[in-house]
Amino acid sequence: MGHWIVVPVILPALLAPFIILAARFDIVVQRTLSMAGAVALLAVAVTLWVGAGAGPEAYRLGDWPAPFGIVLVLDHLSALMLVLTGLLAVAVLLHAIDGFDARGRHFHALFQFQLMGLNGAFLTGDVFNLFVFFEVLLIASYGLMLHGAQEKALRAGVQYVAINLAGSTLFLFAVGLLYGVTGTLNMADLAVKVPLVAEGDRPLIHIAGLLLFAVFAVKAALVPLHFWLPGTYAAAGPPVAALFAIMTKVGAYAILRMSTLVFGANAGGAETWLAAPWLVPFGLLTIAVGAVGVLGARRLRDQTCFAVIGSMGTLLATLGLVTPQGTLAALYYLISSTLAGASLFLVCDLVERGRASGDADTIVPTPPFRGQEVVAGLFMLAAILMAGMPPLSGFLGKLLILDAAATHPWQGWIWAVILSMSLIVIVGFGRAGSTVFWKSAALPAAVGPHRPAACGVAAAGTLIAAGAALAAFAAPADAVLSLIAAELHTPAAYIQAVLGSSPTILGAAP
Amino acid sequence: MEFLVATGVGALTASGVYLLLRGRTFAVILGLALLSYAVNVYLFAMGRLAVGVPPIIRDGVTAYTDPLPQALVLTAIVISFGMTSLIVILALRAYLETGDDHVSAEPLAEPDDELA
Repeated sequence: MGHWIVVPVILPALLAPFIILAARFDIVVQRTLSMAGAVALLAVAVTLWVGAGAGPEAYRLGDWPAPFGIVLVLDHLSALMLVLTGLLAVAVLLHAIDGFDARGRHFHALFQFQLMGLNGAFLTGDVFNLFVFFEVLLIASYGLMLHGAQEKALRAGVQYVAINLAGSTLFLFAVGLLYGVTGTLNMADLAVKVPLVAEGDRPLIHIAGLLLFAVFAVKAALVPLHFWLPGTYAAAGPPVAALFAIMTKVGAYAILRMSTLVFGANAGGAETWLAAPWLVPFGLLTIAVGAVGVLGARRLRDQTCFAVIGSMGTLLATLGLVTPQGTLAALYYLISSTLAGASLFLVCDLVERGRASGDADTIVPTPPFRGQEVVAGLFMLAAILMAGMPPLSGFLGKLLILDAAATHPWQGWIWAVILSMSLIVIVGFGRAGSTVFWKSAALPAAVGPHRPAACGVAAAGTLIAAGAALAAFAAPADAVLSLIAAELHTPAAYIQAVLGSSPTILGAAP
Repeated sequence: MEFLVATGVGALTASGVYLLLRGRTFAVILGLALLSYAVNVYLFAMGRLAVGVPPIIRDGVTAYTDPLPQALVLTAIVISFGMTSLIVILALRAYLETGDDHVSAEPLAEPDDELA
């Protein structure tokens, strides 16, 4: 794919300053540029996805040879995440250009920087650069979170920044430790070097791996490190929270990448699948916390936040299975839950705008607003996608997960928790939906001038339609994802793409 | 020297974590700053401690220090500096607009001085 690999990072990196410098005063030009950028990103991501069929490919920045220079690596997994990011970006922008972006300044520039950080984190093949891209996406997310913010968002913002700064510090400690022991930070090179570490230094690698896992678990909102999420996402504007739906997945992506490549089957010794023993129990706990939160929430936004936490629990517990089958199920569910979380947040925003009164997302009956039927339908579909009911992809995702867990020693626990908590989530969403839409339909109509904007409906509809398509084309998706899972579990091709062929690598290949 | 650096990193980290767990934003920010100093010194030490040797290859020199951690530290310093300034502004705005500098979302009914 040559230079195309670097485009998803370069394009938003150039577009964002251009928007600030040249289009500062004209929101229409900003919208046009930002939308064009997002559509171009999606197109590039799809091109890269097609190109990834030829196997992993490394892009050497500055053409420095691999373990010494910085590399971006394109493989099926990163291409998949890029496509997902691009799709989400287009949908969220489509929703946001209907006035949300004008509530504060520089929404579009921050949005592009956020995309740059996300794309970079998915493409990079270097642990330190992963840190740098994390910081890029975080600093943009601080700005986005406070976009058009009220008082209460400021305090949530302080908490969010503080916990992420603490996380960044832990990340640096882990990076330092890895470098001190192995002398490299290139992921492929780490995969080669970690099995060769002297016996006395193995505990250090172990600590570094667990520190990294803790950092990624903070990003992925794994219980007990999830406390920042409900406050942050509920305080952010719903369109921003919809974009953040992919940010928690960055944590899951990083866990998946590190655990298969660096601490995978090649690693040998105690650090093989380092995080796996923790992922299943804490993932199950996360599912429970999320489900109880969905049932107990008094506001639609909070409910969606807890639904996102629950889905992250399901995803991480599945990653803890560490079989190719489990990885396949996790990837399928990752796509489905990202679409579900984002579309639910967008529907929250449609409800809030329709009601057009303060605190408009409280779960109480209010007089119906114009176009409520459409919003109610979208809410039902998004809730079905999130809770995992047929016929949308959430159901197939959970089915794949249950199937993959059938041979795991914890099978009983996994099945019991996922099934019972799904029921609680269904009850929670059913209660919220019937209160907000059904009971309010019985009230005398005080029809205001507000009605859901066409582009807002289209945005949420696009995401749900993507979820439906994922279910309709489940067989091809399954085939492709099993290819990705196989690629992840035999990282020799990835390592060879980055480092070129050398005897140590070929020896380490299974 | 190893003992000195290790103790320094340990002391900075310990004070940083202690301050990070306080209830008011100023202490939390100081704690984050101390933690970032600790991690910078720590990263530096991961290239092995060496005194008075150059990082870049030149003629007639046999002993070198590892240049990579220096580059990492430089990046980390820039990032943590930017992040710290951001959280200072954010905390100030939160304090000025809400009249309360506690970190927790639900302020305690009684202003709790032992938390400060």
